[in-house]
Amino acid sequence: MPGLAIRARGVVQGVGFRPAIWHLARRFGLTGEVWNDGEGVMIHAFGNAEALDAFVAQIPRELPPLAKLDALECAELNEADHAEFRIVASRSDAAETVIAADAATCPDCLAEIADPTNRRYRYPFTNCTHCGPRLSIVRAVPYDRANTSMAAFAMCPDCQREYDDPTDRRFHAQANCCPVCGPSLWLADAQGDIVSTRRLETQRNASAKQSSLLSPLEKLPEGHKGDGAGFIRTISLNPSFAKRGANSREHHVAAATRDLETTAAAADTIGQTAELIRQGRIVAIKGLGGFHLACDAANAQAVDLLRQRKRRYAKPFALMARDLAMLSRFAVADPAETLALQNKAAPIVLLRAVGEPIAAGVAPGDAKLGFMLPYTPLHTLLMAELDNPIVLTSGNVSDEPQCIDNDEALQKLAGIADYFLLHQRDIVNRLDDSVARLMDGEIRLLRRARGYAPQALPLPPGFESAANVLAMGAELKNSFCLLKNGQAVVGQHVGDLENAAVQADYRRAIELYRELHGFRLELLAGSLDTARPELVEGRSSSDLDKPSLNALDGADGTPLNNRPGLMIAVDLHPGYLSTQYGQSLAAAEGVACLSVQHHHAHLAACLAEHGVTLDAPPVLAAIFDGLGMGENGELWGGEFLLGDYRGFTRLAHFQPIALPGGSQAMREPWRNTYAQLRQYFDWETLQTEYGELPLFKRLANKPLTTLDTMIAKNLNAPRCSSVGRWFDAFAAALDLHAERADYEGQAAIALENLAAPAFADETGYPQAWQVSQMEGKPVLTWRGLWQAVLRDLAGGVDKSAIAARIHRSLIASSVESLCQLSRVTAADTVVLSGGVFQNRLLLEGVAESLRSSGKIVLLPQRYPANDGGLALGQAAIAAAAGIS
Amino acid sequence: LTHGGGGRAMAQLIDELFIKHFDNDFLSRRNDQALFNVPAGRLAISTDGHVISPLFFPGGDIGSLAVHGTVNDVAMSGAKPIYLSAGFILEEGLPLVDLERIVISMAAAAKAAGTPIVTGDTKVVERGKGDGVFITSTGVGIVPDGVNISSDRAEAGCAILLSGSIGDHGVAIMASRENLQFETSIISDSAALHGMVADMVAAAPQSIRCLRDPTRGGLAAVLNELAGQSGVGIVIDEARIPVKAQVKAACEILGLDPLYVANEGKLVCICDAAAAETLLAAMRNHPLGRDAAIIGQVVADPHHFVQMTTAFGGRRIVDWPVGEQLPRIC
Ligand SMILES: [Fe+3]
Ligand SMILES: [Mg+2]
Ligand SMILES: [Zn+2]
Ligand SMILES: [Zn+2]
Repeated sequence: MPGLAIRARGVVQGVGFRPAIWHLARRFGLTGEVWNDGEGVMIHAFGNAEALDAFVAQIPRELPPLAKLDALECAELNEADHAEFRIVASRSDAAETVIAADAATCPDCLAEIADPTNRRYRYPFTNCTHCGPRLSIVRAVPYDRANTSMAAFAMCPDCQREYDDPTDRRFHAQANCCPVCGPSLWLADAQGDIVSTRRLETQRNASAKQSSLLSPLEKLPEGHKGDGAGFIRTISLNPSFAKRGANSREHHVAAATRDLETTAAAADTIGQTAELIRQGRIVAIKGLGGFHLACDAANAQAVDLLRQRKRRYAKPFALMARDLAMLSRFAVADPAETLALQNKAAPIVLLRAVGEPIAAGVAPGDAKLGFMLPYTPLHTLLMAELDNPIVLTSGNVSDEPQCIDNDEALQKLAGIADYFLLHQRDIVNRLDDSVARLMDGEIRLLRRARGYAPQALPLPPGFESAANVLAMGAELKNSFCLLKNGQAVVGQHVGDLENAAVQADYRRAIELYRELHGFRLELLAGSLDTARPELVEGRSSSDLDKPSLNALDGADGTPLNNRPGLMIAVDLHPGYLSTQYGQSLAAAEGVACLSVQHHHAHLAACLAEHGVTLDAPPVLAAIFDGLGMGENGELWGGEFLLGDYRGFTRLAHFQPIALPGGSQAMREPWRNTYAQLRQYFDWETLQTEYGELPLFKRLANKPLTTLDTMIAKNLNAPRCSSVGRWFDAFAAALDLHAERADYEGQAAIALENLAAPAFADETGYPQAWQVSQMEGKPVLTWRGLWQAVLRDLAGGVDKSAIAARIHRSLIASSVESLCQLSRVTAADTVVLSGGVFQNRLLLEGVAESLRSSGKIVLLPQRYPANDGGLALGQAAIAAAAGIS
Repeated sequence: LTHGGGGRAMAQLIDELFIKHFDNDFLSRRNDQALFNVPAGRLAISTDGHVISPLFFPGGDIGSLAVHGTVNDVAMSGAKPIYLSAGFILEEGLPLVDLERIVISMAAAAKAAGTPIVTGDTKVVERGKGDGVFITSTGVGIVPDGVNISSDRAEAGCAILLSGSIGDHGVAIMASRENLQFETSIISDSAALHGMVADMVAAAPQSIRCLRDPTRGGLAAVLNELAGQSGVGIVIDEARIPVKAQVKAACEILGLDPLYVANEGKLVCICDAAAAETLLAAMRNHPLGRDAAIIGQVVADPHHFVQMTTAFGGRRIVDWPVGEQLPRIC
């Protein structure tokens, strides 16, 4: 009988792939076996030739929701026939399994928790092979229950039966559980004392009690402890029944008495939580990838209180709506945005606020609202009880990463949250909510974390023989990247590495990903001595020449091309903590360390995402961002490049302007206004002409003489061609966050918001920019734009119109520059990237104009345009440098 | 001042300037070395080259700095400094009045410190080959018995003390060199710390583990060095680190982080936690330690990070200084 050995690669483990194959094989009347191994899934199938062909053709069409098939390879098989088709034990050699991203509750699971007759009715941890936690609970490979935080929960016989049954949706669902055997919820007050009234219903069986986790059961008074399995369903979850029965089961902690008198009436822990939120309380909720702080988004007092307690005064809060109907009361979602909201990744989507007003403190001064839909049964059940959206912001103290541990949350959030909704399933890997925005017709990720990491990106043709690369990423919006076997795996958004907790996460996450992907593991977390290696002299691949191979020696001097192993890629900036860590790793492991120019990496990330082949001709790029280390110690941020994976040329750039006070110029936007004005004008003349403008009155109170000296003598006032600071300068000139930016990009975002309503009707200023020459390169200078803006300000023109004209002028200059450079270089593909291109008006304006002039435009989409996408570019460049 | 060999002009200069002002028996003998009896105990020796622009600044000059810097380096072993030597490299064209001012100040500092400059050397280099004056000074001192102070002795649980406000010297120098005007003038903290060290050693001789003066690179550099050399982590509390209001204001304007700014009259002490209060009291009783504070503690950390708890309750990594403070935010 003819047989086929079919190899499936990709995300095919832990996602219900084998049961899908089993069903399919039986449908086509085939016999044989299927099993997991180190490379993915192997299928041995026997049957007649047509059936086999049809079977293979059908596999990609009937993939389970979380599976992702990268390759399906078939080979003839001469082997004894089998009597039936069976799923057999894993044959695991090399650890090469791909972990799926966490996924929002699937429709089947949603139906179960809504069905009063189902044993998972209202169970907040319901999941299956099609949905639920993945990366967030993984400690090690292979992805087996024992290597996840579900290891603490032994499955009950019912769950075990599902787990063992190939026909079941929960066959080998590693996080499978139910109210009998799985994690449970409880509500605690700010002291950590349990205040749930529903403890008795959620008692778990003896095996789960043995969990070493903080066990709420121990804290309960005698007599309240459950007596084991079978107890659970004795109390109906019907709210009206619970209401009647509630009083007898109450045990109040004194401090919470007042709240509980009302909440005790609620059906269960989730009902109680909902009631507390309705009452205006702030509740810390342990979610999928971390703790959130929740409050009623329609309750202005609660929202303001949350802002004060969290000391987060400006950055918009994310919201969760029960469903699209609730969401549509407050914001509009296009079809693409709706799809994104309903996507299994369930990101926060930035939407236009339209309709009922939400509490003003949710997104001060912003016309956008960041909404997400419930993505775990816990959120679904909670939202079902609420009539308004809730604020769901990361549960952290300002600047810190969100808490993931119960004790940590109780300690750190004690001053913020009134109550804590807790459970015993450990969050192993912190995963922030991902953030997306519809721009230029596509949903684009601004922050890539939960639901997306650790999805792999297949690299374009040409990278097949690439060495393994670990790319360390940037500093502030760090994520790292592992490149192996023609795939790039970008880790979740990690955050600001200067924060000690983030730094610790970063190192842990790198170790975990290296283990997941079988990277060399000589170094385990904690064993690394951070003694700094001699700083490797900045190396970048300049011009379009290949970087010479001797510039790519390993840290011990061995030429790179003698080493098949690992390469490390870092940013050119010696001060990035990621650069320093990468260099110390490279020195300790004796592998090559390549410094990659920041804006070149932005360019390459976009190429890799769009599948541009290794040997494709170089493309043009406008990379606009805050700041990156350039060549010769310069600071860049407004760059027109021609480049590919192997190198780049800086064709033109923005006028470099002093940053008086270095990073202080990022915190205080007015400094950039002053530096720009001083660059282009005589201060005295400006004063006489425009001294009455608020902008000049503000500047008059500043220590301008000191700034003058700093600029003149280059005292902590480095010049930088940044477009981010250019935006800050104009925003501050229009009195937007001039004194202080509470977060990076705040002033620029405000300028975009101000411009949006007038944008369609305005055009750019004539002669807004001039092109001068600096060291033989064209440089965009902005004297004309400043003159026009000052004139408009003095003439009392509406600031919204001015903001729109500024945007239009920048768009016109960018388009004209790119078209000009395209004529010179004959390159007709253009990459737009860098954090500044998260500005929708700018991105769409430039992209549309370029397309109408016949250019092919490549924009970041699945990987952020900001530094969150940088590691992908670093990895691709390092890989390309190692391929001769 | 002219460049030349060891002729009569130089002999005259040495007589009229150095021997006159430094004024001690060792020097007056005009030998090429100083001879003295060695007291019992361990001998500590340290040398430091001093180059600074401007030569004169609020709170001191290169002369007093050359004494304080070396006295402090010797004292950071717990030693009582006893003698100094000094080597001068003078640039041709340096006004004699300036030189005399420096020598007088240096003599006064040495006298106040009780550490006579007992031997020295002077060279004159061509115009353009020096920056006015360079002074290299060496000091010797005696470490009392039972004192064992070294940068590799910090252990988890130890307390970290700082003797006073940080950033004064660096900001004063920058303001004076670049002619920056701040609302209040800022004065260098340049001072000899051995008196306070002697008080500390007397108060808790066995409990002091590390002593360092946070000069170039500031508190950040010293704490990172201590963490690295001892193989530990360090956690400090931002709120407890004294910074003078005017220094803070100047740093805000300049965009500098006081943690990275140089000091010349401050010390960091790592000690057994049990002795922290005793040592703090000893420091506060000394005029140079009035603002002393316990600023943090030593922790176990395989990464040897120095972390600072910020006003918001987060912890930020206080990294090694990398050249000038380059902005990192993209
Ligand atoms: Fe960037
Ligand atoms: Mg020294
Ligand atoms: Zn499901
Ligand atoms: Zn179960």
